[in-house]
Amino acid sequence: MQYNGGSVIAMVGKDCVAIASDLRLGVQSLSISSNFEKIFPVTDRLYIGLPGLASDVTTLREQFRYRVNMYTIKEEREIEPQAFAQLVSSTLYEKRFGPYFIEPVIAGMQKTPSGSYAPFIAATDLIGCLNFAKDFVVAGTASEKLFGVAEGLWEPDLEAEDLFETISQTLLNAVDRDAFSGWGAIVHVM
Amino acid sequence: MEVSFAMTGKGYVLLAADTTAVHSIIKVKTDVDKIKELSPHLLMAYSGEPGAVVSRDTVQFAEYVERNIRLYQIRHTYPLRPPSAASWIRRSLAESLRSRNPYSVNLLLGGYDTSTYTPHLYWMDYLGTLVEVPFAAHGYGSYFALSLLDRYHDPEATVEEGLAVLRRCLDEVSKRLVVSPGKYKVKIVDKDGIREVEL
Repeated sequence: MQYNGGSVIAMVGKDCVAIASDLRLGVQSLSISSNFEKIFPVTDRLYIGLPGLASDVTTLREQFRYRVNMYTIKEEREIEPQAFAQLVSSTLYEKRFGPYFIEPVIAGMQKTPSGSYAPFIAATDLIGCLNFAKDFVVAGTASEKLFGVAEGLWEPDLEAEDLFETISQTLLNAVDRDAFSGWGAIVHVM
Repeated sequence: MEVSFAMTGKGYVLLAADTTAVHSIIKVKTDVDKIKELSPHLLMAYSGEPGAVVSRDTVQFAEYVERNIRLYQIRHTYPLRPPSAASWIRRSLAESLRSRNPYSVNLLLGGYDTSTYTPHLYWMDYLGTLVEVPFAAHGYGSYFALSLLDRYHDPEATVEEGLAVLRRCLDEVSKRLVVSPGKYKVKIVDKDGIREVEL
């Protein structure tokens, strides 16, 4: 997990979610690229972050794109975050004894029965164990640091602008303490 | 040890690779061409893992890629664009990784997209990691070249300026690397296709 480096965090706000990651790709201590995106759109209202082994980042992104496209064609509707989280979990558990070296982080807006949207975040470990947190989820080489800063800075019901500031500061200060993460950052707010 | 470098410029991609074939402490051959021409506008420099013994693996994989890219061109009468070729090659490496005996080859893929008129350079390693970069290097030489390229690379440079920067990298490797290669092969791909360059 520490071969290429990289970290991802997702946070819940008031009727919004944010997901952020660094942009570094390295080979252990040697940095190769400052433009390696680890967060990919699944639908307009759903993003997935994939920190870990870079080769598996690309492979999994293509796998999920394929499975979500099949879902959309068969169900004739877009996949919801909750269902997508289960899809991620089963995709990872399929490789239980030869896993992908990735710990996905999911962030999206879930449709509620009343027709509005509720913020949704989730994370899994490399074999698909789901974690449905209510506040924030972290993954990657700087995960311990991210936990620490997030615990300090996060508060419930942050508006979109405030959530952006909070998640940015959390990410920046955590990756600055980690040798394998950093070299740029990107934030998506939904 | 095998080294290769590459950089993009204004409408071109420059690739350089060493020309030595080594078995233990002996230089068996000093004029090996490690840059394959996959299609009229696509170059691929291949090298083995730093420190590992140079094996047949690298050449086997490089020729496998060369033939399949050409097959696509024969079937569709149109060559694969650089981003698509990179994706196909990456998938071959990623699938090989979890097989019985994985390929151990690192690649630099340089191509000119004739439909968007843009040069592309990709860094790929034996795990199937693929990333598009403005400049790149493989092998022990990368520890010297990447910092120089951070400082002196210009994505809008002319061919002469690009070659000057390349010469800096090669000189630094010759000066500081214990087992530095003597000769390099340099190839360039642009809108007019592929040509070899004398340094």
